[in-house]
Amino acid sequence: MDTQNYISIKQFCMYHDVPMSFVSELHNIQLIEIITIENTQYLYETQIKDLEKLIRLHFELDINLEGLDAIHNLLKQVQTLQQDIVTLKNKLNRFDAL
Amino acid sequence: MAFLDYYKILGVSKTASEQDIKKAYRKLARKYHPDLNPSDKEAEKKFKEINEANEVLSNPENRKKYDEYGENWQHAEAYKDAEQQQKQRQSQYQTTGDFSGGDYSDFFESMFGGRSSRSQGRNVKFRGQDFNAELQLDLKDVYKTHKRTLTVNNKNIRITIPAGIENGQVIKIKGHGGQGINGGPNGDLFINFSITNHSKFKRDGDNLYATVDIDLYKALLGGELLVDTFDGKVKLTIRPETESGTTVKLKNKGFTKYKKEDVFGDLFITFQIKIPKNLSLKEKELITELQKLR
Repeated sequence: MDTQNYISIKQFCMYHDVPMSFVSELHNIQLIEIITIENTQYLYETQIKDLEKLIRLHFELDINLEGLDAIHNLLKQVQTLQQDIVTLKNKLNRFDAL
Repeated sequence: MAFLDYYKILGVSKTASEQDIKKAYRKLARKYHPDLNPSDKEAEKKFKEINEANEVLSNPENRKKYDEYGENWQHAEAYKDAEQQQKQRQSQYQTTGDFSGGDYSDFFESMFGGRSSRSQGRNVKFRGQDFNAELQLDLKDVYKTHKRTLTVNNKNIRITIPAGIENGQVIKIKGHGGQGINGGPNGDLFINFSITNHSKFKRDGDNLYATVDIDLYKALLGGELLVDTFDGKVKLTIRPETESGTTVKLKNKGFTKYKKEDVFGDLFITFQIKIPKNLSLKEKELITELQKLR
């Protein structure tokens, strides 16, 4: 199977100097997805950036797993709201000019 | 170069213990960490100050030096020697995290010679900092896909700007951000598009809106009218007895759909009837006659 869009968890943890159990725990609380190909566990390349963010928050700011889950959800809401603001501003510009 | 009161930045007294400093730093870092404040420049600036203050005050040697000279640091010749030594060591520095790559204040650099090794950090590889840039374009520039060369941090990058991009939309250019730390991958470049509209059309997504004046007689009797679209003109049939404020939809005459150069939204034309001014005597007579007929 093609694994070029996946990164093995072992490789990722070695690279970032984090225990593999941390990634497993993030998976357990559904913050990341893990896929298993031929007995090796992989992460999707697209979620690496988010995972690095979670690592920073956990190891630099001492935020526990429950806190990471809450922050993750709140940041998603912030992102949606920011997108809505841009859309609404664009709409408002249209009506302002009428 | 302004003196920075690191104690004030962390909100601790000069007699604060290492534990107090660590606690204050953690609390403020949680508040201003860039991961928790996306796109907030103020928070990013504050976080850099907090980091800098922590870097100095959490290191007993640096703290002693800072306490000793404080505001009068500029007069201390000994600093120059220390600075030289630090500069020699600079090439060996190791940092942690994504956001440690931020600039330190001039004050810090003069006193401690640029970035120093982190006392509390984990020596890990991290991707470089993400860069944000704003690109201002005119609406007509994004009607079609085109290429453009940008200069970001003294590097020229040729990017493809897809047709139909929206005002405020952000696109990511992978690997063109800050350099990775300790051999980590480069960060990404995020380009925020600021699109100004100087055309007569108002844009909402891929639909365009415009108001067109028609004279009273054309509105009453109907006829043909040449109207502007974004890329040309079209002949429009006006129905007899068209009311002011009537909107007609010109299918596929709107703006380009995002990344689909051959697909367009619709153009909505709203008619505004212009009442004739300065009527002649003859016109008044005829209109009065018309009024009597009604």
